[in-house]
Amino acid sequence: MTIGLAHYLAVAAILFTIGVFGIFVNRKNIIVILMSIELILLAVNINLVAFSVYLGNVVGQIFAMFVLTVAAAEAAVGLAILVTFFRNRGDIAVDDASMMKG
Amino acid sequence: MALQAIAFYLMAAVTVAAGFGVVSARNPVHSVLWLILAFFSAAGLFVLMGAEFLAMLLVVVYVGAVAVLFLFVVMMLDVDFTALRQGFARYMPLGLLIAGILAIEMIVVSSTVATHGAAKGGDLPMASGAGADVTNAEAIGRVLYTDYVYFFQAAGLVLLVAMIGAIVLTLRHKPGVKRQVIADQVLRSPKTGMRVVSLKPGEGVDQ
Repeated sequence: MTIGLAHYLAVAAILFTIGVFGIFVNRKNIIVILMSIELILLAVNINLVAFSVYLGNVVGQIFAMFVLTVAAAEAAVGLAILVTFFRNRGDIAVDDASMMKG
Repeated sequence: MALQAIAFYLMAAVTVAAGFGVVSARNPVHSVLWLILAFFSAAGLFVLMGAEFLAMLLVVVYVGAVAVLFLFVVMMLDVDFTALRQGFARYMPLGLLIAGILAIEMIVVSSTVATHGAAKGGDLPMASGAGADVTNAEAIGRVLYTDYVYFFQAAGLVLLVAMIGAIVLTLRHKPGVKRQVIADQVLRSPKTGMRVVSLKPGEGVDQ
């Protein structure tokens, strides 16, 4: 049995779905939501690398690197916002995070 | 080939199980640890595909930086995490339904693309792009620093902006902390910094 492109794409699809599911069920816990977003981006990276290797074109891996960069930046800024929010509110429940509503 | 299949199924199973652990763990610290496991085994998948450089990048950047950042924040915040889990059972059935449909759709589409799509061939070749004698890191470097050099610089700019943003967001000036004011120090002259008094012997200086 040989492992082909479809296997990797299936793993990426399942991982992506787990990420979306995590956002669904952990609606109040913003830390787990951020981690679910990281899982989704990881699934995207697996897709990009799988196609890159499959097509023999290294550009997909470069794109995956940029996705990695943006994911790291997003995690840093998201966690900074979370810390600031916790300082102001003493809580991180996101369902009543409507302070900024005009 | 059989060894490769075993390795793939092992890595894939661990990745998926760890991903499920991330979203279902009761304790967010456990979630972060599951996340580290997921990234680590995904790096194993990358190695299996022949993308060693990205695999190492994943370990260094995610396991070494992002996951530790998450861990710091989770441990820093003093939050009752059990209260944040209410609604988990309520959203579970609908979430499972939608997630199942999504997964089935994506797997069907991707397997169709892999077998009948624009992509040709059946197996994953272990090529790094520029030829078998070129390592993966070298192949990436050859393209990244030539064709994509502006994108590379832009990625650096994104990181710079994110760093400044995170610092500005979390920086806090506590009242009552004595700080150095450079301008005051520079503007000091002998006239303001020094006072000449004439003293009689045996007396102190009145402030």
